[in-house]
Amino acid sequence: MTQKGNSEILKVINLKKYFRIGKDKKGPIYVRAVDGVSFNVKYGETLGLVGESGSGKSTIAYTVVGMYRPTSGQILFKDQNIGMQAVRRPLSLKKEIQIVFQDPGSSLNPRQTIEQILKLPLKLHTNTPKKQLKEKMVELLEKVELPPDYLYKSPPSIGGGEKQMVAIARALAPNPSLIILDEPTSALDVSVQAKIINKLMDLQKELNLTYLFITHDLSLMRNVADRIAIMYLGKICEVADSSTFFEKPLHPYTQMLISSVPVITDEEERLKPKKVVSIGEIPSPVNVPPGCSFHLRCPYKMPICSEFDPEMVEVASGHIVRCHLFDMNKNEGQ
Amino acid sequence: MNSRESVLLDIKDLHVWYKVYGGYLKVLNGVYLTVREGERVGLVGEAGCGKTTTMKSILQILPPKDSKIPKGEIIYKGKDVLKMNFGELQKLRSKEIAMIFQDPTAALNPVFTIGVQISDVIKYSIAIEERKVHKEKVRTQAIKALKEVYLPDPQRMLVNYPLQLSGGMRQRVCIAMSISSPRNLLIADEPGTSLDVTIQDQILRLLKEIVEKHGTSIILITHSLGVAREITDRIYVMYAGTIVETAPAKELFKNPEHPYTRGLLASVPEISGGGIARGIPGRIPDYLNPPSGCRFQPRCEYATPSCQEKPPQLFEIDKDHFVACYLAQR
Repeated sequence: MTQKGNSEILKVINLKKYFRIGKDKKGPIYVRAVDGVSFNVKYGETLGLVGESGSGKSTIAYTVVGMYRPTSGQILFKDQNIGMQAVRRPLSLKKEIQIVFQDPGSSLNPRQTIEQILKLPLKLHTNTPKKQLKEKMVELLEKVELPPDYLYKSPPSIGGGEKQMVAIARALAPNPSLIILDEPTSALDVSVQAKIINKLMDLQKELNLTYLFITHDLSLMRNVADRIAIMYLGKICEVADSSTFFEKPLHPYTQMLISSVPVITDEEERLKPKKVVSIGEIPSPVNVPPGCSFHLRCPYKMPICSEFDPEMVEVASGHIVRCHLFDMNKNEGQ
Repeated sequence: MNSRESVLLDIKDLHVWYKVYGGYLKVLNGVYLTVREGERVGLVGEAGCGKTTTMKSILQILPPKDSKIPKGEIIYKGKDVLKMNFGELQKLRSKEIAMIFQDPTAALNPVFTIGVQISDVIKYSIAIEERKVHKEKVRTQAIKALKEVYLPDPQRMLVNYPLQLSGGMRQRVCIAMSISSPRNLLIADEPGTSLDVTIQDQILRLLKEIVEKHGTSIILITHSLGVAREITDRIYVMYAGTIVETAPAKELFKNPEHPYTRGLLASVPEISGGGIARGIPGRIPDYLNPPSGCRFQPRCEYATPSCQEKPPQLFEIDKDHFVACYLAQR
């Protein structure tokens, strides 16, 4: 990956997060939720993190926000190390990184009014004078296209899409530079999803935000992200620009994912790689198979796949794949 | 494709109300739906539009105290389900129609093995006096069903508990249950929604294969137009308790007529890129006091005063393509 001085807002280097779930004779048992992940996020871009359930995408989000402490590895935000628990993180850094959760029904306190919900981050992170607080809150609501009288409503009395808009307004309150969107629309209907995604894209341009967008919906990602990273069982399989991603998917898992997406037009059907049919199931992250974690489901499996874990290979500028198929091609070429 | 003309299920002008504090939620407001023999029908709509309510009323498994069907007919093989007595209903549920639910974890009982649960289904499709005699037959039928859904090692699967299986495997077990005895109609209520995309793809392909092999009719309920497109011949689009449009699947995606269908199609992100449309403004109406006339009228950009007066009826604009909108009738 190219390192242009200061152009990356977030650098994650060999991040690992293991959860201890018990122990047997050999010692403690761990779930390897995130197992050696490295990626960069550039200023002003949207990096899409795609993966199925259990692939560790939310764990990465929570570790970056500071809800978890990494087991090992580094997270650099604006070249400062933030690999510590949120309690120890300076307030000025907490303010910079905000998160929007998947289910607005449970991420907003039902007993608070929207006013109370929006007031806390403003009081904590900005030095807005008390008299201007209300003005500021109305401004925040305007940003997400909600009328000012919503201040006096409580979350249960408004719709799911509006709740998510409030959650976005709350994330915007401290004036952050990086927002982590953890499946912000997967609990909502498509017509509502379209509205929220468009708003998020507008806000990104207007406020110069950087997004780390987590989702399992590939077709949504195609329209939202500049670059996409695919995760499988705690590891990244492929990173590429979103257009190359759908035109030339290289990793067998990516091909399987794209060919599994249900589409609505014939043109899209033609875009899908037809060869890779989805088989098998995702193994449990407690017993990750040796070698490449995908080899049990891979149609191009070779003997080497069950022995050694492949390395990340840059096949084209900015297009990184972790698969033995491309490892070997490279070796032959040399 | 074997779409013979004989009609298997015909729902006419179905209304379902739920009793709540402060009155009745008028959820279904005149649903028309026809399933022919061997036909694969998709019922598409957003959350809360009444898809599941429609299906539950076919099997008469709505909460009896809190629901009311003030109007309508559900004709299954020439008989009205709403007028059936308990015995007839039991026969309908055990021999004619099977349902696959959205969440396999909730649909299976965690304290019984797969074998017990699947044999129960098979037993009830056999006449009472023969049940005891056919113990071995029940077992082989169960194993056959489990094999048909490609579960590995079906013999061992019989003694497993649902908790020992993954989500995709549980859904396969549910499908195995629904095909363990011959049925004429399968109702699949969002069969892949709670699963990952690659697993959902597997389940949908399995359903398609099974339906084609047995010639069973299927109603696939889904909120995703893409999923409906994959396996259905005919799609019904539902909005706020009414069918707004129905057409053969290909025709619907080519020429959507109802403003709601168009908005819904435009909201789906495409893998070819090109951004996302603005979505549909507003939200699904309050069922306690639904809007007068067409239920989509408050969110519709083409709404005229006449839309508020009387709800539009389904109108045939092309062969087999019906739209409930005044716009299409003009």
